Amino acid sequence: MNQLETLEAKSVHILREAYRALGNVCMLWSIGKDSTVLLHLARKAFFGHVPIPLVHIDTAYKMPEMIAYRDQLALEWRLNLVVGQNREALREKQTFPDGNVDRIACCRNLKTMALKHTLDGEWPRLRMDHDRGELVEDADLSPYTGVIVGVRADEEGSRSKERYFSPRDVENDWNVDDQPPELWRYFKTDFEPGTHVRVHPLLDWTELNVWEYIERESIPVTSLYFDNGEGIRCRSLGCWPCTTPVRSTATNVPEIIEELRSGKFSNIAERSGRAQDKDDGGGLESLRRGGYM
Amino acid sequence: MNSRRRPAIERGAEGAPRCAPAENASAARRAPVFVSPDLERLDIVAVGHVDHGKSTVIGRLMADTGSLPEGKLEQVKAMCKINARPFEYAFLLDALKNEQAQGITIDTARCFFNTPNRHYIIHDAPGHVEFLKNMITGASRAQAALLVIDAHEGVRENSKRHGYILSMLGIRQIAVLVNKMDLLAWDQAAFDAVTREYADFLARLGVRPTSFIPVSARDGANIAARAAEAPWYDGPTVLEQVEAFKGLDDDLDRPFRMPLQDVYKFTAAGDERRIFVGTVESGRVRPGDEVVFLPSGKRSKVATIEALSGPRPDEAYAGQATGLTLDAQVYAKPGELMVRADEPAPLVADRLRANIFWMATAPLVRGRRYVLRMGAARVPVELESVLSVLDSQELQSVTGAAQVERHDVAEVVFRSTRPVAFDAAETLEPTSRFVVVAGFDTAGCGIALEALPEAAASADAERRFSVGDVTGEQRAARYGHAGKAVVFVGESAEDAHAVAASLERRIFGLGVHSYCLSATDLGDEKDVLGREAQLGRLGEIAWALTDAGIVLVAALGDMDRFDLDRLRALAAPHEVFVIGRGDGGDLGADLDLPTTLAIEEAAQAALRALTAAGVLPAPAA
Repeated sequence: MNQLETLEAKSVHILREAYRALGNVCMLWSIGKDSTVLLHLARKAFFGHVPIPLVHIDTAYKMPEMIAYRDQLALEWRLNLVVGQNREALREKQTFPDGNVDRIACCRNLKTMALKHTLDGEWPRLRMDHDRGELVEDADLSPYTGVIVGVRADEEGSRSKERYFSPRDVENDWNVDDQPPELWRYFKTDFEPGTHVRVHPLLDWTELNVWEYIERESIPVTSLYFDNGEGIRCRSLGCWPCTTPVRSTATNVPEIIEELRSGKFSNIAERSGRAQDKDDGGGLESLRRGGYM
Repeated sequence: MNSRRRPAIERGAEGAPRCAPAENASAARRAPVFVSPDLERLDIVAVGHVDHGKSTVIGRLMADTGSLPEGKLEQVKAMCKINARPFEYAFLLDALKNEQAQGITIDTARCFFNTPNRHYIIHDAPGHVEFLKNMITGASRAQAALLVIDAHEGVRENSKRHGYILSMLGIRQIAVLVNKMDLLAWDQAAFDAVTREYADFLARLGVRPTSFIPVSARDGANIAARAAEAPWYDGPTVLEQVEAFKGLDDDLDRPFRMPLQDVYKFTAAGDERRIFVGTVESGRVRPGDEVVFLPSGKRSKVATIEALSGPRPDEAYAGQATGLTLDAQVYAKPGELMVRADEPAPLVADRLRANIFWMATAPLVRGRRYVLRMGAARVPVELESVLSVLDSQELQSVTGAAQVERHDVAEVVFRSTRPVAFDAAETLEPTSRFVVVAGFDTAGCGIALEALPEAAASADAERRFSVGDVTGEQRAARYGHAGKAVVFVGESAEDAHAVAASLERRIFGLGVHSYCLSATDLGDEKDVLGREAQLGRLGEIAWALTDAGIVLVAALGDMDRFDLDRLRALAAPHEVFVIGRGDGGDLGADLDLPTTLAIEEAAQAALRALTAAGVLPAPAA
């Protein structure tokens, strides 16, 4: 098997293991390329079905194209889409764009906190109603005990040390110094009550692998990744106030692959356009220990 | 780096950026197809005693092959400046703050690097003894290993232990890097001495390293570039060695083995397929092949190999995560091992001899229940005996140990209450690998060496009760019948209970001393120890009521042949009359009642059968 086939098989195995062994598991869908590849892998793993809810955390600062693309795919593939948001922080304007908090605190409010309370069911959730074709308040607020996330080891230092199945305790703490062993295809799936698990099927993928796979499988991605003639495009999608586009004239997937493989981005870190990383002392460690993905 | 140096975002009317217009993504992909290079990926683990220079080797390898992202090097250099420390290549990998403080690699980190020939992941595994489980995590993912030894310090305890663990994990390609040669002025005699000592040690494990390479990772000598200082060395550089490692794909020509991970039926979505899924560990299978599920022994024929879209593949092979449908429906359960009927069969046993490495703080002891995970199976096990424990310092086997301590490597015998399917390591390594779970944690890992014959008498049979003086015969004479346990087994616990209750009403009506009790289920499939305990209680109840001369009618829900075997063993010397309710049909039941029979009909049929079998007194004519 070539590299992409090996990666695909391992990710599919992990998704199936999470579905079998964890209780109420959901999958995080940021609408970016990685979590969309993850969604495609889930459709492969379950033969066209996605028996796992897809949770999207809407910071209200995502680019409009992302939201439109999200709803379109959710309806087309009949996905069980669940949307969470930190409504209070937005109402109180506790955000970086409002000028009231710094970038790190903003991430913490709009992403980390929103995610935490969407997962534990303490905050309201929206769910896609496929008959009405729109999001409605979700009556089911049962907590998710596991969450599948598309993080990759090559993104930055702390992610390179992740396990495929990574337990977080009741306080959401990640004990980096004492992680469970993972041998062969045996992942840790036995947990003390109250533990919450993160599952990382894309850990061994690189940014280039993700684009090569998007190419191979014709996976639709949002147009924000392509240059529309202005000579800029997004390489990594976040909230617009903290995402700087890169100078690039790549207008399609093959051109992006070329940029990454041997062209202008072959030596530049993917998240170099994400401002919160720099404000966190060069790594995402403090954000991630607090529950950031 | 400062974000202000990057192009500014232009804001649209609503404050959103005009990063790109809403362009159709699929239209954007209508460009000339770029052929992706069909390269394989190799996983390599780097191990060695703490401070012997692993991380430096990897940092150097990445830097010298141009595999470092630009931002990374700058970032680490900036961090060094802030912390007033000279830059070292090892810091590239120690991306976490607490590690830089301690200067040791705490966890396995993945490093990606590419050459024109192949993609690589190097798993940087920690050298500290407390972090052996992390080293094992990294090593179990690898097909080859770089083992780093400090030329100056020589072979240390962890050099030995790591060598042993690599061999136990089945890693046959090992390059030994004798590092810090610059500190010894590239003295060939010193290199030869370390090489000889370590080669002797590995030879005792039956391991022959692929190469011994003198290097100075700090200077990059013999990493990617050849060391001018060692004209006496004509072997490969580290990079050349890495490129020469072989990928392992020979599992295709071995017998087909697929641990059954799950069985899917997404009927809610209108999909009628029953798909048996798993990752193929070895071999290949095609539609039309006859397959067997073990340990149940259920057989069927492969109908199709499923895919998300496009034509169905005509073969599934080693390494693939696949899904199959079968010709004839069988109720194989997740956890079984799927094999081909025309190939050598795996071992099926409830006792096995194995090599194990123990990682948990609490030792592996006798008398405690553990869960053995073998393939997709989870079975309750206990330690029967410790055959030998290996002293990692001297590599001598020590016999007579009662338990296995943390970080010990031992040869042991495990005993289970139900059989498990596996292969012996020397026959088929992938399906010989297992882990042992203690509580919630993966506590040990190992390889199975041999299946042992069934234990003579299970400890369950030794009951710690004393009974009175009234004999079974006396009771039977009084009651007009002997005691008996009649159990219903079926996929639907409600249905089985309804039939059982109806049967008991009829029996009671005959004047028989009866009792009806149902266990709706044995508990969560995953909670194997909980299920085992529940089954144990049922067995005790069955024994006690039967011994008391009562006819017990019990509905036990979904049990398999092995659960029943255990129930029978627990009820002994009394015999259990098993009635299968449903379509399984392979329980070895005394009576099968298909679900086409309504509840009352089924109860009546059971009554007739029990009377015919002499369990119930014949009705007075």
